[in-house]
Amino acid sequence: MPEIRVTPLGAGQDVGRSCILVSIAGKNVMLDCGMHMGFNDDRRFPDFSYITQNGRLTDFLDCVIISHFHLDHCGALPYFSEMVGYDGPIYMTHPTQAICPILLEDYRKIAVDKKGEANFFTSQMIKDCMKKVVAVHLHQTVQVDDELEIKAYYAGHVLGAAMFQIKVGSESVVYTGDYNMTPDRHLGAAWIDKCRPNLLITESTYATTIRDSKRCRERDFLKKVHETVERGGKVLIPVFALGRAQELCILLETFWERMNLKVPIYFSTGLTEKANHYYKLFIPWTNQKIRKTFVQRNMFEFKHIKAFDRAFADNPGPMVVFATPGMLHAGQSLQIFRKWAGNEKNMVIMPGYCVQGTVGHEILSGQRKLEMEGRQVLEVKMQVEYMSFSAHADAKGIMQLVGQAEPESVLLVHGEAKKMEFLKQKIEQELRVSCYMPANGETVTLPTSPSIPVGISLGLLKREMAQGLLPEAKKPRLLHGTLIMKDSNFRLVSSEQALKELGLAEHQLRFTCRVHLHDTRKEQETALRVYSHLKSVLKDHCVQHLPDGSVTVESVLLQAAAPSEDPGTKVLLVSWTYQDEELGSFLTSLLKKGLPQAPS
Amino acid sequence: YCLSGHPTLPCNVLKFKSTTIMLDCGLDMTSTLNFLPLPLVQSPRLSNLPGWSLKDGNAFLDKELKECSGHVFVDSVPEFCLPEVRLRRANNLSTVDVILISNYALYDALPIHTRHTGFTAQCMPRNHRPDRLLPSPLKDAVEVSTWRRCYTMQEVNSALSKIQLVGYSQKIELFGAVQVTPLSSGYALGSSNWIIQSHYEKVSYVSGSSLLTTHPQPMDQASLKNSDVLVLTGLTQIPTANPDGMVGEFCSNLALTVRNGGNVLVPCYPSGVIYDLLECLYQYIDSAGLSSVPLYFISPVANSSLEFSQIFAEWLCHNKQSKVYLPEPPFPHAELIQTNKLKHYPSIHGDFSNDFRQPCVVFTGHPSLRFGDVVHFMELWGKSSLNTVIFTEPDFSYLEALAPYQPLAMKCIYCPIDTRLNFIQVSKLLKEVQPLHVVCPEQYTQPPPAQSHRMDLMIDCQPPAMSYRRAEVLALPFKRRYEKIEIMPELADSLVPMEIKPGISLATVSAVLHTKDNKHLLQPPPRPAQPTSGKKRKRVSDDVPDCKVLKPLLSGSIPVEQFVQTLEKHGFSDIKVEDTAKGHIVLLQEAETLIQIEEDSTHIICDNDEMLRVRLRDLVLKFLQKF
Repeated sequence: MPEIRVTPLGAGQDVGRSCILVSIAGKNVMLDCGMHMGFNDDRRFPDFSYITQNGRLTDFLDCVIISHFHLDHCGALPYFSEMVGYDGPIYMTHPTQAICPILLEDYRKIAVDKKGEANFFTSQMIKDCMKKVVAVHLHQTVQVDDELEIKAYYAGHVLGAAMFQIKVGSESVVYTGDYNMTPDRHLGAAWIDKCRPNLLITESTYATTIRDSKRCRERDFLKKVHETVERGGKVLIPVFALGRAQELCILLETFWERMNLKVPIYFSTGLTEKANHYYKLFIPWTNQKIRKTFVQRNMFEFKHIKAFDRAFADNPGPMVVFATPGMLHAGQSLQIFRKWAGNEKNMVIMPGYCVQGTVGHEILSGQRKLEMEGRQVLEVKMQVEYMSFSAHADAKGIMQLVGQAEPESVLLVHGEAKKMEFLKQKIEQELRVSCYMPANGETVTLPTSPSIPVGISLGLLKREMAQGLLPEAKKPRLLHGTLIMKDSNFRLVSSEQALKELGLAEHQLRFTCRVHLHDTRKEQETALRVYSHLKSVLKDHCVQHLPDGSVTVESVLLQAAAPSEDPGTKVLLVSWTYQDEELGSFLTSLLKKGLPQAPS
Repeated sequence: YCLSGHPTLPCNVLKFKSTTIMLDCGLDMTSTLNFLPLPLVQSPRLSNLPGWSLKDGNAFLDKELKECSGHVFVDSVPEFCLPEVRLRRANNLSTVDVILISNYALYDALPIHTRHTGFTAQCMPRNHRPDRLLPSPLKDAVEVSTWRRCYTMQEVNSALSKIQLVGYSQKIELFGAVQVTPLSSGYALGSSNWIIQSHYEKVSYVSGSSLLTTHPQPMDQASLKNSDVLVLTGLTQIPTANPDGMVGEFCSNLALTVRNGGNVLVPCYPSGVIYDLLECLYQYIDSAGLSSVPLYFISPVANSSLEFSQIFAEWLCHNKQSKVYLPEPPFPHAELIQTNKLKHYPSIHGDFSNDFRQPCVVFTGHPSLRFGDVVHFMELWGKSSLNTVIFTEPDFSYLEALAPYQPLAMKCIYCPIDTRLNFIQVSKLLKEVQPLHVVCPEQYTQPPPAQSHRMDLMIDCQPPAMSYRRAEVLALPFKRRYEKIEIMPELADSLVPMEIKPGISLATVSAVLHTKDNKHLLQPPPRPAQPTSGKKRKRVSDDVPDCKVLKPLLSGSIPVEQFVQTLEKHGFSDIKVEDTAKGHIVLLQEAETLIQIEEDSTHIICDNDEMLRVRLRDLVLKFLQKF
C-alpha cells in the first residue's frame, strides 16, 4: 500500500529546530535543518542519527529543502552536511542562499568566539555546505530526479521565504515553512494554488491567536515609541537582522518623516546594513508597492536610520535602537538590554516570538529579576512591551491557506502542543480534513491511493469521446479496452489492437440456431414477416432487410430456408458471433414464440 | 502557421491538441526605413527637401513623398507592416488561447493582437521588466489604407495587464491539454525558449538563443532533448561577424573618435546588448585613459532599464549571481553611475542640456534613426567628420538607416553585435539535442542571397529541416497516438492480468470513462443495477439486451481431442469427429448439432435449444482466452 510517512526530528509540538523527514513514494526528503535557540547542548541540533543508524545520509536522503534563512530553519545545516556528512542536493531560494551563510557565520561567531565552544562547525564548513546548495526560482519546477519534483511558492515570512511542494507521480506534500497570509509593508502575502496535496505540513506558531488589525498594532507601536522618546527614554527593539527589522524600519522611517522627529534611530551595525542591501537587490521578492516605486525611491534606503556604535548606548537623551538578536539571548541586544534595564523611563519592545530558555521569553512571562551568567541578578525596571509583528500566519491565516491548497490531510508543526490541539480540532471540525500533530521522533503514516497513469491509445479514446457526444450519453459510459503491461510501460488499447500487437489471431466463435416457424408462405415472405416483426420490437436496433432475402439485426444474420419435407414449416437460421451473444440469444427465444399473425 | 516573413522577428501560430498557441509576436520595423526621420524640432534641411511626384502625377501623395540623395522617402509618421493581416483574418485569431513571448524584442505587436481579436487569455513573457521598456514613440503611428495604425499607450497598458509572468522551468498547464515550460535561452535578460508538451509529444520552440556567456543565465540545452519537433527561429542576422571581435572594434573606434575630440553616437535599444556594452566600456575606458569622457544614456526608460537590470539577479549568469550574494550590484554600470561617469536622462530636454559636455558618448534610440532622440543627434553631429556613429543593432541596414541624412560628414562604423546562435552553433546544438524534426523559416535553409557560395551559412541537419514561408501553413510531421489516462486504484485492484508472453501481461479493462478539463480518469464500473420489481408493466422491448455491453474478444485455438474428451465428460455421447481441409467437424448426432472447429474460428450449429447452446458455449470458452 503506498503511503506517506512524516517524522519531525524537530519542531514537532515545539518551536525551533525545524527538521521534518518525509517519505513519499519511496523518496526521502528532509524539510529544513534548524537549530534550537533555547538550548546550548546537543539538543540544539536535530538528532540525525535517527535517519539512519549506519550508512551514509546521502544514500538515504534524496534531497534537503530549506524554506528560509532563519536559524531555526537552517542553523544546523553545516553541522548536518559537513560534520554528519551529506553530499546530496540542498534546495533553497536565491535570497535564502545569499543570506543564509551570513547568518550561519554570525551564529558560529557567537557560539565559538564568544562562548568558546569546541567541536562546532567552521567557516570553511559553511562555505563547503553552501556549495551543495541549488537555488530555485519561485514556481520553478525542479526535477530532483526522474520522479521527484519540487516547486517553490511565495511564503511572505521573510525575504526569500518559500513554501515547497514535493511531488512524486500523483502524490504530493506541501511544506509551508513559516508564512504570512497578510501582506505587510515590505513583503507580499503567501500564495499557493489549488494543488490538492495529499498532505499539507503547516507551521502553527500562532495557532490560537487571531490578530487584530495590523493598522491598530502599528499605531500602538508608534504611540509607545513616541511617548517613550518624548519623555526622554530610550527604546530598545531586539530584532533579527532580516525580516521584522526592515518592516519596523520602514514603519518608523515613514513616521519620523511625517512627524518630523529628530530623535536618532540606530541600527546595530554590520549585519543589518548588509541586510538592507540584500533587500535592495532582491526587490522582486518584496511586495508590489515597493516593486513599483523602487525606481523612483528604494524603500530600503533609510534617511533617518543610522548605524549604531557601541558607545552610543551610554549617550544621554532619547534614542531608538534596533539590535540583534531578537530573543535577547546573546549579542548586542542583550548588552544594551543590560545597560538600560535599570531605568524605568526606558522601554524594550519585543516584536516577535521568543523561544523558551531565552531572556526574551523570561521577561515576557513577567519575570523581573533575571539571573545572568556569573550569578549576577539583573533587576528589570524598564517597561517591557510585546507586540506581535512576527510574520507568521495566525489561526485565520492558517485556515485560509488550508482552504487554498485543499489538502487531503494537514499536519501541524512549529507550534506549542496545547495551541496545536486547539487548531487541530478547529481544522477537523470546520474544514473536515484529518489533522495530525506528531511530537518529535513520532511518525505519522498516511496511506495514499494514487491513481495509476497509463497511456491510452488515441484511437480508443476518440472513439469513446465521439460516442460521448451523443445527447443521451450523459450517463456514465463503459469503456472497454485491454491493458498491455510490458516491463513498466502501461498502455491501454482497444482489444483488437492488443491482439494485433501481440500477434495473436482472433478466434471467432459463431453460433447458428435453427428456429422452426410454422409458415406456409414462401421463404421471402417469411423473411419479410420476420423483418417487420423484429422492426417493431427492436426499436433501438438497426434492423435491415437485405436484397438477398436475409434479415440482419445489428450484426446478427437471419436467413429463412425451406426444408424439403414439410412445406408448412420454415427453418430460420439465426447466426451470430460470441460478441453478439445477448442479442442472438434474445432473438432466438423471441422467434421461438412465433410470429404474430400477419395482418391480412 | 507562419505570420511573419522576418526570420528574427517570428510570429508563429501552433495548433496542438485543440489549443492554439501563438509563439512570439514581433513587429517588423524595417519598413520605417522608407520614412523620413521624425525630428524633435523642425529641421530646415529636411523640410526643404525637394518634393517628389509620381509619374502619374498623383497629387494626393505629392506632399508626403520627398527625395533625398536619390532616395524617395515618405514624410509622415512611420507606419509598420503588421504580421500578416490577411492570414490573421482567415484564421480568426481570436481563437488563440495563449501567446508565448520569448524576449523583450518580440512582443511589439502584442497590443495589436489583443485589441483586434478580443483576445482574453494569458500571455507569458519572461519576467517583470518589459513593462517599462516600451518605446513610447511607437504609440503615434498612423494608419494608411491597409497599413494599420499602430497602437496607443492605453492599448499598451491593457495588453500588458493581460500578461502573466512566469519563471524558468515553471510548468504551466493549458486547459489540462498541454503543458508549456519556458527555459533560459541565454540571449537577453529573461529571454526564453519554450517547450510545449503533452504526455507523449514534445515541441520545442527555440527563439533568439545564445551560447555566448554574456549577462543572462546560460542557455538550457538539456531540457530540449527528446523533442519530436524543434522550431528554430531567431538566429543571428550577421552570421559572418564575431560578436567578441565586434565589441573590440566598437571600443577602439569609440576611443579613437573621443581622443580626436569627436562625439560618439550609439543608436541602440534601451536594454539588452547595452548592458554588455556598458560593462565592456567600464573595463575599457580606464585602460584607454578615457575615464573623464562622460557617457550619456538617453531614453524615456533609461533609468528603469538600468535599475531593473540590477534587481533580477536570479535571471543572470552565475558570475553575476554570486556578486549579489556579497552583496554587490550585479552590473558594473551601478558603479559608473555612482562615479558620475554614466548619466541617464529621460530625454534631451531638461537636465541633459545643462549637463551636456563634449566630447562624449551618447547611447540613445531608436536604432532605425527614424524616431527618438537619436534623430536630434544625427542632425547635430552629422556635419562634422570628427564625430562617429556606431551601429551595434543588427536589425536595420545601416546604409538605409543613414540614407535620409545624406550627405553626411560624420564617420559611420558598423559593428553589429548579435549574440544569437550562428549556423555552426546551430548544428552543434542540433547534434546535442537530437530532435526528430527541425522546422525553421525558409531563409535558414539556403545560403544568404548576398553570399550564395557560403554553403556553411545554412542549416544542415538530418533529416533535412522543414521550412516555412510567410503566411504558409505547415503540418508538423508527428502523429499523436497515445494520451494519458489515470486508473483509479480501486479499479486497478480489480484487474486480473494474464501473462501472455514473458514480460508482457494483459488485462481486460471495463471501466467508466470520466473526462474533465481534458484529463481522463477511469473509474470502476457501477454495480449492475438491481432488477426493478415487477410493478412496471413489462413490455417486450424491456427485455431487449443492451447491445452496448461489449463482449470480450476471444483468442486461442481449440485442441479437438481434448474438446471431445471434455464433451464426453459432460455427458455427451455419440460424438463423431470428421476431418476437413481446415480443421474438424464435431457432430453430436443425438442433438442434431454440428460444431465446426478451425484454427481461429468455431461455429456451433444447433437447434433452437438455448440450454444446450449455452452449455456448449461455456465448454468452448474454457479453451479460449478473453480480451
